[in-house]
Amino acid sequence: MTATLPRLREARRSPGPWRTAAGDLLHNRAALAAAVVLLVVVVASLCAPLYAAHIAHTDPFQSHVSGTTVVDGKTVPVLTPSSTGLGLGVTPIGPTWDPAHYFLGADNQGRDVMARLLYGGRTSLFIGFTAALISCAVGTVVGVVAGYAGGAVDAVISRVLDVIWAFPVYLLAICLSVVLLTNGLRLGPLTVDAGSLWLPVAIIAAIYVPYIARPLRGQVLVLRNKEFIQAAIGSGAPVPRILRREVLPNVLPTALVFVPLMTALAMLTESALSFLSVGVQPPDASWGTIIEDGLGLLYTRPTVTIAPGLLIALTTAALNVLGDGVRDALDPGARLRGGV
Amino acid sequence: MRLVLQFAVKRFGSALLVMFAISVLVFLIFFATPGVDPAARIAGRNADPATLAQVRHSFGLDRPLPVRYLLMMRHLLIDRDLESFVNRGSRVIPQIVQATPVTLSLVIGAAVIWMTAGLLMGTAAATLRGKAADPLIMLVGVVGVSLPAYWLGEVVNLITQKQLHDSVFSWVPPPGYVGLAKDPGQWALHLLFPWLTLALLYAGIYARLLRGEVISALSEDYVRTARAKGLSERRILVRHALRCSLIPVVSLFGLDFGALVGGAALLTEVVFGLPGIGKLTYDALQNLDLPVIMGTVLYAAFFVVLANALVDILYARLDPRARHA
Repeated sequence: MTATLPRLREARRSPGPWRTAAGDLLHNRAALAAAVVLLVVVVASLCAPLYAAHIAHTDPFQSHVSGTTVVDGKTVPVLTPSSTGLGLGVTPIGPTWDPAHYFLGADNQGRDVMARLLYGGRTSLFIGFTAALISCAVGTVVGVVAGYAGGAVDAVISRVLDVIWAFPVYLLAICLSVVLLTNGLRLGPLTVDAGSLWLPVAIIAAIYVPYIARPLRGQVLVLRNKEFIQAAIGSGAPVPRILRREVLPNVLPTALVFVPLMTALAMLTESALSFLSVGVQPPDASWGTIIEDGLGLLYTRPTVTIAPGLLIALTTAALNVLGDGVRDALDPGARLRGGV
Repeated sequence: MRLVLQFAVKRFGSALLVMFAISVLVFLIFFATPGVDPAARIAGRNADPATLAQVRHSFGLDRPLPVRYLLMMRHLLIDRDLESFVNRGSRVIPQIVQATPVTLSLVIGAAVIWMTAGLLMGTAAATLRGKAADPLIMLVGVVGVSLPAYWLGEVVNLITQKQLHDSVFSWVPPPGYVGLAKDPGQWALHLLFPWLTLALLYAGIYARLLRGEVISALSEDYVRTARAKGLSERRILVRHALRCSLIPVVSLFGLDFGALVGGAALLTEVVFGLPGIGKLTYDALQNLDLPVIMGTVLYAAFFVVLANALVDILYARLDPRARHA
């Protein structure tokens, strides 16, 4: 339709909601700074293989129990037997601040912590972002269907959401992980191996669906009674078309607002599950598993624990600030569970 | 009032239904997931088929699913003698009863701190809007929601137990729990840092929420009326704006408190070595000790569902529109 309008009319059109929102976002300095921080973290994580191969010259997934490295021109062992306690443990080399030789030190298997952090970032970001996307997509579909269909369909979906909602999220995630980690997931045509990264993705995505579906269902309930939807129904438009052309465009901004906020939530959940050793499984590393690796070294080599935690905090804080910016630009009223 | 009562009865009915559904869901997760065999876990690795069959029989795992569900629920709720799979003879309910005061001590103390800090910070940010303090307070809020709880606990441990233990924090006891009745001073001392850690994660959210509510309340008609009557700004803030702004804060508090008492404080408990409900659940999950998991999860769901129902009823009491929803 728009294409047939006269050229003059086109020139006077308002920029439209998406462009207005993009303009708002570009003027939000905090959100821009957060986006830059995120970009740096993402690019650095993507460069993990380059760092490992060309700068650190190490394989961060291989233990180097008897390896040596060079500090201040002297060759030193990566792991030295512990001098405290029973003398059974080992003390890995600490931060050397030299990218070629264990920049942030080694963990208790002699693996380069910096290289593992970068690889861990890939895993954590991948799980956080994919889980958030799946959660938002599924939550939107479920919320829209429940809100639009009403009646028995809505009642059933709402009760199921109530049940998941009433389950403390971490408990549900741990229950599912403990069970699925033994044999993987077999759900009809869907097969996920026990060690696969898709397992935590699926679990985290599933537990957060009600966070998205509930507010969107509420929105659709209101939309359903609006004149333009009634008009579409009255004009005989088929239901899929109404959902796609009338309902979805109106709830999409809210769903988009939730993506960065959910990514932050999903990353925190992933790290907590991995910390409890029911998330990402070895040989894969994530920031959560590195923190767990570092626990035994907490009092001797705290960097192994502190560095990944700082990265998680930095990334999730950036995601939250960016998410707030997107919210202010697109849908100031959007609230995840708990008003944040 | 009758409407509220009716609503309350209806709400508690649906709360019971949700709890039933949760118990079935947990049961199915652990007993009906293909490839998961609790008997194999109990019998240990490389158990021969005869042992497996014996274990299956002695734990009643060879009976049909609905029968097993009903038996477990009967032992848990009616006979109250459900036993752990892993430590035979140790009963589930006393374990939960023993862990509850630890979790309650942790959560109530933290809640007092975060509510006080959240209220002060939120009100301060709203009244100081546009000044330097406002973004600073909000920054604390973002940091709070972005920190991994367990990591923060580890860092606190590192600082208080190692780095500064010889100087500033020499008075900090090693991680663990001392009962309130046994020694109130030690109880508080052991819980101080767990309280602060847990509170930091929540104070920011509450401050942010309250700030938004107070700011929108301050532009309401009733605040203008109060101003026109000549009330002092302070009285307007405390008696009028703050009062209404507290409704969403209280409802969020209900949900958070319920979830935390139900075991959401698990990470804090694990990190600080507190033998509470979260730790009990976590240990049981590691061993697939289903009766204990069933007990703790139902206990958790009870608190969450109760909190949800109370919040809804509170809403109905405060906002008549919610009664018909």
